[in-house]
Amino acid sequence: MSLLSEMRQGGRGYWLSAPALALYIGLLVLPLGLTLVLSFNVFDYQVGVKSDSYTLANYMAVVTDSYFYEIFLRTFWISALVTLLCVLIGVPEAYILSRMGTPWRSIFLILILTPLLISVVVRAFGWSLLLGADGLINQVIQFMGGRPVKLLYTPFAVVIALVHVMLPFMIIPVWTSLQKLDPTAEQAALSLGASQAKVMRLIVLPQVMPGVLSGSLIVFGLAASSFAIPGLLGGRRLKMVATVIYDQYLSELNWPMGATLAVALLLVNLLFMLSWNRMIEGRYKKTLGE
Amino acid sequence: MSKNGPLALSFHALVVIFMMAPLVVVCLVAFTPENTLSLPTTHFSLRWFKAVFERADFIDSFYNSLTLAFVSATLATLIAVPAALAITRHTFPGRNFFNALFLSPIIIPHLVLGVAMLRLFALMGVNGSFTWLIFAHVLVITPYVLRLVLAAAIGIDRSAEHAAESLGADRFTLFRQITLPMILPGVAGGWLLAFINSFDEVTLSIFVTSPATQTLPVRMYVYATESIDPMMAAVSALVIALTAATMILLDRVYGLDRVLVGKH
Repeated sequence: MSLLSEMRQGGRGYWLSAPALALYIGLLVLPLGLTLVLSFNVFDYQVGVKSDSYTLANYMAVVTDSYFYEIFLRTFWISALVTLLCVLIGVPEAYILSRMGTPWRSIFLILILTPLLISVVVRAFGWSLLLGADGLINQVIQFMGGRPVKLLYTPFAVVIALVHVMLPFMIIPVWTSLQKLDPTAEQAALSLGASQAKVMRLIVLPQVMPGVLSGSLIVFGLAASSFAIPGLLGGRRLKMVATVIYDQYLSELNWPMGATLAVALLLVNLLFMLSWNRMIEGRYKKTLGE
Repeated sequence: MSKNGPLALSFHALVVIFMMAPLVVVCLVAFTPENTLSLPTTHFSLRWFKAVFERADFIDSFYNSLTLAFVSATLATLIAVPAALAITRHTFPGRNFFNALFLSPIIIPHLVLGVAMLRLFALMGVNGSFTWLIFAHVLVITPYVLRLVLAAAIGIDRSAEHAAESLGADRFTLFRQITLPMILPGVAGGWLLAFINSFDEVTLSIFVTSPATQTLPVRMYVYATESIDPMMAAVSALVIALTAATMILLDRVYGLDRVLVGKH
């Protein structure tokens, strides 16, 4: 069947998708295209955006200006650390949850995952209550005779709050891959005399690896582009890429520079996701011997 | 019952405390009788809740957010249901591309979408308009509805549809009497999930709202960067209560565990 007659056959499919398609072209494809163009525009502090003159200077600035690449570097290490902590906490927690009895399992699963649905501004505010100069944690430290520590507006505050926000995104995929684990495999290994540690290493971990890898992908991507957490808990000096883009747009009013940073963030994110995906696929082809 | 050892259970307790602590603290501080951010030590007071209801700007923002979430979740559902049916019921060239495109806003940072729409709206001269804010939200929440409706539409037994068709039901009757009732849990769950996501959204909204159209999370974000007092805790506690109520509803119509961990 030719493409044209196939398209005629699928006519109703197009009609049903038309409203969505219009929305996505108008509010996704078009604005992203405009932003890409904007990122090449010249900016002048007197005149503003010169939409008829183009330059590569903004992109050069991202690569050469130490202010910008330090921020990209900081965003990268904070996101990597958050991802690592989410793996170290989320994987054992998902495993413990999966071994719980029936009523407790769903109660705790919901308790741990529902913060996901509560506004990130509320959660950031909660952490600033805990970590503030006279917040709960410092009160406990003082009560025990220690000296108060500066916690808020430090990388520590940003990392701990990001782990809190991202942990559900790690637990969910790990939990899902644990559901596919056959418990009899574990029992068989144990009854054949394998130690608990060996069962972990040879049976459980290989099974949950796909979950861990896709969880890491989501956590890293979301952490690298997070805005409200560094904005509220990082203070004025501790900037991440998202908060710098916000500054460029709404206080510096240098939209082309902001657009360049946004395009860079999107590209780095997509590139990271694609290469991560490819790595996972390569890995699993190898282990399956295909 | 439990196969977990004491070490595992203590680890689990720490994780639960870690996840709950910031939310519990917010709810407790909201009831403080003091002027400072402190836990209520002598008695519980409602003064900061009263303070919230005396702030006209917060009340306006709350109504903005409620209207926005209601309208955009409804529009997103009206767009996502036909798209999901197109993708599951019809084969046509470009179907996989449509599927990927319609789900793509999930993987694009909201910040990037926010600055992109700011540019478009500024060029159109509509920045800060409530109508365009609604459309912006529809775009970011449509994938959530689509995912749930797709899952529902793939899972159902199609023999009832074929039977109705062979008995001469027209397309509209077929949809209303057979298909819609079967995918209804997915549709309702998707609507609620979209509602919550729109109500919570801050990163995109901060770029495309004006003081008159500011949503509650944006108002809270701006307020928290300038000053911190127990009123912020009271607003947060109210948001937590509203979200919890929506979640209970979501649990009833669709199952919270299905939404969260995707059991179908």
